[in-house]
Formats: sequence, C-alpha cells, structure tokens
Amino acid sequence: MDEKFEPKITAFVCNWCTYAGADLTGTSRIKYQSNVRVLRVPCTGRIDYMMVLKALHKGADGVIVSGCHPNDCHYTSGNYHARRRWMVFKKMMEVMGVDMRRITFSWVSAAEGARWAQLVNEVTDQVRALGPYAEFRQIIGAGIE
Amino acid sequence: MEAVNQRAKELLEKGEIKAVLGYAKGTGHVRRPHFARKAGQVDQLVLDAACLQNLAVYVTKHEVKKLGKVAVIALPATQRAILQLMAERQLRDGELVILAVDGEAVKELDSAAALEEHLALKAQGLDAKDKALLAELDAMSREQRWVYWQNELSRCMKCYACRNSCPMCYCGTCTMDCNRPQWVPVASHGIGNLEYHAVRTMHLAGRCVECGECGRACPVGIPVHLLTFAAEESIHEQFGQRAGAKAKLDYALSTFKTDDKESFIR
Repeated sequence: MDEKFEPKITAFVCNWCTYAGADLTGTSRIKYQSNVRVLRVPCTGRIDYMMVLKALHKGADGVIVSGCHPNDCHYTSGNYHARRRWMVFKKMMEVMGVDMRRITFSWVSAAEGARWAQLVNEVTDQVRALGPYAEFRQIIGAGIE
Repeated sequence: MEAVNQRAKELLEKGEIKAVLGYAKGTGHVRRPHFARKAGQVDQLVLDAACLQNLAVYVTKHEVKKLGKVAVIALPATQRAILQLMAERQLRDGELVILAVDGEAVKELDSAAALEEHLALKAQGLDAKDKALLAELDAMSREQRWVYWQNELSRCMKCYACRNSCPMCYCGTCTMDCNRPQWVPVASHGIGNLEYHAVRTMHLAGRCVECGECGRACPVGIPVHLLTFAAEESIHEQFGQRAGAKAKLDYALSTFKTDDKESFIR
C-alpha cells in the first residue's frame, strides 16, 4: 500500500449516554481522531450482533459498541440485556476465529466526554497498528454481491 | 422395543392417539423417521443404535399437529428438545404422548412437569467425543480457528439442512428467508456463509439442546453442531443454565443478572 493506512471505525452508541458523551467531547472542544463514524441507536439493547458483522462486511476495520454504564440505562435494563448478548457473542466470534481486537465494547456516560475521546484514540491507534482487516476483506471478495 | 411397540399399538387401537412417530429401516444402515398411523404399521418401527435423528423436529409441524394427538418414541435428546419446545410454548401438556426410552427402560409421559422430573435424573452435557472436538478447537490459535472455519464453511451451499433439521428452528419466517431488509446475503459465498452460521448460532444460543442433529444433517459434513455446542457450553459456564432442562422458560438471553461477570467491556 502506497498511502498510509487510515482505519475506518464504526461506533454504535446509545442515544442517552455515549452519544451525549460524544457530544460533550465536541462542546468541550476536545480533539480526537476523525476515523470514527458514529451511529446513534436508542439503546445498547437495540444493537443486534448482525449490525456489528454488517459494519465489518461493509468495510469497517474496527467497531466500537458503547452505551450507558450498568444501572444507568434510560430504559432500566437494556444495557444488562446487551451485556449478556455480548458475553455470548464475543465467545462465539472467538470460536469462529473473528479478530476480537477489532471489536471494542465499552460503557461511556454522558458526563465522560474526555473518556470518549480517549477511547476513540486508543481504538483507532490499535486498529491502525493491526492494519486493514484483510481476512474479512478476503471473504467479502470471494463471491458475488 | 417390544414393550414400546406393544404400548403404541394399544394406544392406536384404543384411538387415544392418531399416529406413532418412531424410526423405521431406511436404505442400508440408515434409520428414517416413520409415522405409524395404523396398529398394523407399528411392527415396522425399529429401535437400535442406528436411530439417531431428533424426532422433535416433526412435532411442531403444522401437518403433524393437524393429525391430532401423536405418540413420540423419544430418545434422551428428543426428550430434551420436547421439553424446551414446551417451555417455549410450542407444545402444550397432553398434546403428545412421550414414550421416553432410556436404554431398556421406557416411561410414558405427557406433561412438561413430568418430563422435567424425568430429565432431572440424568446427567446433562456433552459426551466425551464432542468435548474432545471442542477442546481441539479451543487449543487452536485465533488465526487457525479462522482458517479452520473458513475451510469448513467454504463447502456450505446454504441448503439450510442444519436449520430445517433443528427442532428449535420453528419460526414461521426465518431471518434467512427475509429479504426486507436482507440481513444475510443469499449466495453461499464467504461472507454469506459466515454471517448465516453466526446468526444461526446466536439464535440457538441458550436454546440448543445439544442433540447434534444439525451436524448429522449436513450433506457436506461441516461440523456446524460445534458452533451451537460451544455457545451452549459458554452459557452454561457463564450463567449456569442449560436448555431442555426446565419446564418453565429459562432462556439465558432474555434475562440478566445485575452482577453478570465479564472482563472485556471497557
């Protein structure tokens, strides 16, 4: 590759905590790397594992999934349900050999603007170091879309 | 077998049931599912070590429900599947006569509670062979597992035999058949196969009764059952529960504990 590799990161964030947190990052004028594409959903409970796979399918090199801290869910229990789902999903992706260093789960509250910036920077640096997700690219190219 | 057949014949003659679902001789050593509708047909039923299929897949089918009350010759995996189907409200108490066969012993059951009690006496979990296969997979590096599954799944032609043979895959419209939105590409190429098997596994996680029927049904010999087995074992490890053990629905992914322990969420 001639040009320097810049990773694409897709972030699925919940409306009430992480999205507001990311907003606070902006209003606090904290700079962070612009590789992240933020997708807002009502709640982490809404984030289907298919969305994560779809993001990788459509060209993301890394995925961030983030929502309210446990006990802080706007809908009381959405993040608890999501946590269980991720616990199983992560295990299954490991069994299937998907690179879990590219999928980051986190809790970022509406007050943690600085933490969001730090998270995005860390994930972007990590995925940049890992390079493009070549294995996944390969199987996408291996058929007719 | 004699006792089961005798009892099945009796029930059919008395008109208490409309059919007996069991196994009959197929081609070669294969045993195929068989519905005996008349007492005279019961003699065709066989029961031996070659009878492997999970018959619970048929009992939720519209065509079978239409028959009326049916007796099922149920080996342990079939018993677990029927109990899980009852817990998921796909079958009612008294809708089936379950002729529970465990080795030589035969027991006649007709309710979820009776089935739960019956199954509680038995050890649950994988047999040594499947445990060894999972351990083998576990011992591989992440890259090796990726290559292993890509290699195996490359043979997949999305015939959906794994889905169709599974007693727990009873949805009227499967996500796979849904094209608005089309979550999983239809073609059986790399990404389509990966996504299909990931979705199948996740939909069965916490519901798989570990009968292994999907793996046996696969015409190209992909060990797809290892995926659902791994999910099930991981759920047992993390949440301490198993599918096909309780009369009351106990689905790991529709509930939670506030102190669920994980170590990967930042």
